[in-house]
Amino acid sequence: MKYSVGIDLGSTTTKAVILGESGEVLGRGITNSRSNYQVACDVALGEALLNARFTLLGASLEASGIEGEKRERVLQRIELGFRAQQYLAQLATLNATILGFLEPQAEHSGLRLVDEAGQESPEKLRGAAREILDRMKAEAPELYAAGAERKSDFFRDLAGSRYLNLAEGVAAEKEISFDRLAGWFDKAILEVENRPPEKDDFESRAVAALGSDAVDDPALARVVRDAAAVPLKKAASAGTGYGRRTLPFAKEEIRSEILCHGLGAHAMFPLTRTVLDIGGQDTKAIQVDENGIVTSFQMNDRCAAGCGRYLGYIADEMNVGVHELGPMACKSKRPVRINSTCTVFAGAELRERLSLGEKREDILSGLHRAIILRAMSLIARSGGATDEFTFTGGVARNEAAVRALRTLIHENYGEVTINISPDSIYTGALGAALFARRDLLGDGRDRALEKEAS
Amino acid sequence: MASERDTPVALKDEAQLKQKQMIADHFSRLGRSAESGEKNAYTFVPGNLTELLLSFDLLPVLPEINALQAGMRGKSKEYIATAEKLGHSEDVCTYVKCDLGMMKSGNVGPTGEPMPDPSVLLLSYTGCFTFLKWFEILKQEYDCPVTLLHVPYQGDGVITDSMRDYVVEQLKNTVIPALEKVSGKRYDEDRLKELLARSAKAEDDMVWVLESAKNRPSPIDAYFGGVYYLGPIFTAFRGTEDAIDYYRCLRAEIEQRLAQGQGPVTPEGQIDDERFRLVVEGPPNWTNFREFWKMFADEGAVVVASTYTKVGGVYDNGFRHDPSRPLETLAEYCMGCYTNLNLPTRVEMLSRYVREYSADGLLINSIKSCNSFSAGQLMILREVENRTGRPGGFIESDLVDPRYFSGANIRNRLESYFQMIEQKRVGKSA
Repeated sequence: MKYSVGIDLGSTTTKAVILGESGEVLGRGITNSRSNYQVACDVALGEALLNARFTLLGASLEASGIEGEKRERVLQRIELGFRAQQYLAQLATLNATILGFLEPQAEHSGLRLVDEAGQESPEKLRGAAREILDRMKAEAPELYAAGAERKSDFFRDLAGSRYLNLAEGVAAEKEISFDRLAGWFDKAILEVENRPPEKDDFESRAVAALGSDAVDDPALARVVRDAAAVPLKKAASAGTGYGRRTLPFAKEEIRSEILCHGLGAHAMFPLTRTVLDIGGQDTKAIQVDENGIVTSFQMNDRCAAGCGRYLGYIADEMNVGVHELGPMACKSKRPVRINSTCTVFAGAELRERLSLGEKREDILSGLHRAIILRAMSLIARSGGATDEFTFTGGVARNEAAVRALRTLIHENYGEVTINISPDSIYTGALGAALFARRDLLGDGRDRALEKEAS
Repeated sequence: MASERDTPVALKDEAQLKQKQMIADHFSRLGRSAESGEKNAYTFVPGNLTELLLSFDLLPVLPEINALQAGMRGKSKEYIATAEKLGHSEDVCTYVKCDLGMMKSGNVGPTGEPMPDPSVLLLSYTGCFTFLKWFEILKQEYDCPVTLLHVPYQGDGVITDSMRDYVVEQLKNTVIPALEKVSGKRYDEDRLKELLARSAKAEDDMVWVLESAKNRPSPIDAYFGGVYYLGPIFTAFRGTEDAIDYYRCLRAEIEQRLAQGQGPVTPEGQIDDERFRLVVEGPPNWTNFREFWKMFADEGAVVVASTYTKVGGVYDNGFRHDPSRPLETLAEYCMGCYTNLNLPTRVEMLSRYVREYSADGLLINSIKSCNSFSAGQLMILREVENRTGRPGGFIESDLVDPRYFSGANIRNRLESYFQMIEQKRVGKSA
């Protein structure tokens, strides 16, 4: 099967979307983009291809007449099995990396084995690390049990949250500074994320994930094997996002993220006329025509206050994960008015408000409103909010930001339909994939899209 | 207009070399004026009265040009820092701060020669309130005479007889007596007429060069290249034989390019594939001028008309200096300069450019520290889009403060704008 792929190399995450031969979304993949864009690109594409395999497998199971409930169960079992294996593989890398730091010959100056005072023995430190990592390994299956809730799909978030939690106990128990234990993770996670993914052997892993089903039901095992054997061949690709120049694509395959977000939003919600994208380091207000072509746009300039990174900074200030901010802010009953739009000043205001006894959720609610107020100014400058309005980017996953947006759009523009796709973070990558597909079709137009628009 | 470092290699043809020589000679005269006893007048570019100054043998000094030169030479950052140390806020016009910083750092001009102290400040007030404040500071600094020409704003989009009379009266009763006093020379109207006649000659060739951009491909870039072409006419040389020679020579070169179907010359070479034709509103950024230009050149984007090249004076409606009405013609030139036009006139002018120059759209470079240009620009953009049906683009930078030039951000917006134009074309042709 030939596919078109779009990759959106953002400042915080890298996303890939794969389209099948008739333009349908086959797979999506996402990863943290930290220091190494090339790796982030490989990981996102690898994830999207894996996701595409599951889509194909679902279709094969359906075609072979396996009924709905069983099909879902089988798919879920394979996917969770996969995820658990991936998690364990990354955990092993984390383990090796941290223990590597603690080897006597390791020259990680910031993580010196024995501190200046020389109070802690190397063996004691290694013991602490092993204890945390062994417990993480032991509880991994729970994390991927059927029905278990995970706050994030990123290894960084999942493992980070467990590591820090366990480290707190170990630090107290063994009388080692918590900051020191936390420092190991912060350093090691970069290496784990920068390691290119292993080429997954989908077939054997999928069959392995089937467990006893594979033996009891040879027909099912055959379907899984057949779906795994479908060759996937890249026919066209396009890249977008801040790191687009580093993408392994030719110049003509590189698209502005503004155009990609416009087209992606149009593909998700064909009646879209205004798009707001709040990403890691920029906010874009985009107006599109009935074909998803951008007619006007405005972006934040000179300053990235009010972008996703603002939330990241606030999360760091409050010592919580960025994905925890929205739910916390939504508990607010009496939002605080935050005046500063500067990220650093907002941090100062946050601390002052906390010291004055304001509730965390009330302050957070005010901060979310401050972000959206900045976006409102860009929306106004780009030509206003026109029905329908589509909100995309990582911040669209934050329910407190969405709530503030709904209120402010309603106050300023009246009744406007606001669309938010659960896959909104993939909007740019989807737009890029659609551009790639248009180029492939050669006539500059996407037939499937046109049909949709008419 | 440019110094050695920034002069695009490919532009160093005969006209360019001539311009360099003219500028070098002028600054060298200014540098020697302490010994030679020649007097000068500091004045502003918009609606300048060069011919009148030259008729008194006063050498024009244009602080805005010195500031932009400092920006191109990589000096503006330290000059601005110097001015900020003196208490000028971050939000003050960066031309002003750059200029003050330069004066406080020994007042060495763009060619490395010392600039003379002002003999007189000729403050023609054309649409920029900051001009008043700027010369107020210079007056304090140098304790020199100031003569103010109050130029009425074209609020209704026309120059009325009473407006013209008002300016002429000021010229007669205030400006000319002040210049007589400083120069020690009597006002010589015949000499002024000779100068104005020469201006008109040079202006004909200059206008021809700018309008050559109506051709496809355009043989010139009317913004990045345009600022070089406009140097002599807007600074110290209008009314001189040198200016006539320069524009004759430039025109011949452009005629040749046109005959050969060649695109504009840029520092990165000639643009052979004209992919986008743009109208640009707003001054360029000077600190990263070459990098900025390259962002356009790399994409085959050619600026076919710009408003910044009308900042000294607007010739579109057929205006030429008219020696038969010397003071009236100076008054009309002053009132007609771009910064003195109201928003509807600017919208009309830009819409006309988009149509007459067959442009793909209007791009605005909004300047952080220039409110007289930037106020109302988004309204202008929307209105021109509506009238022409062509997409508009918006980028932001500054004149000479390098802290406000974010290359990645500007490139990102420009690329998006170019791709947006392209997508619109695809949509239309399919």
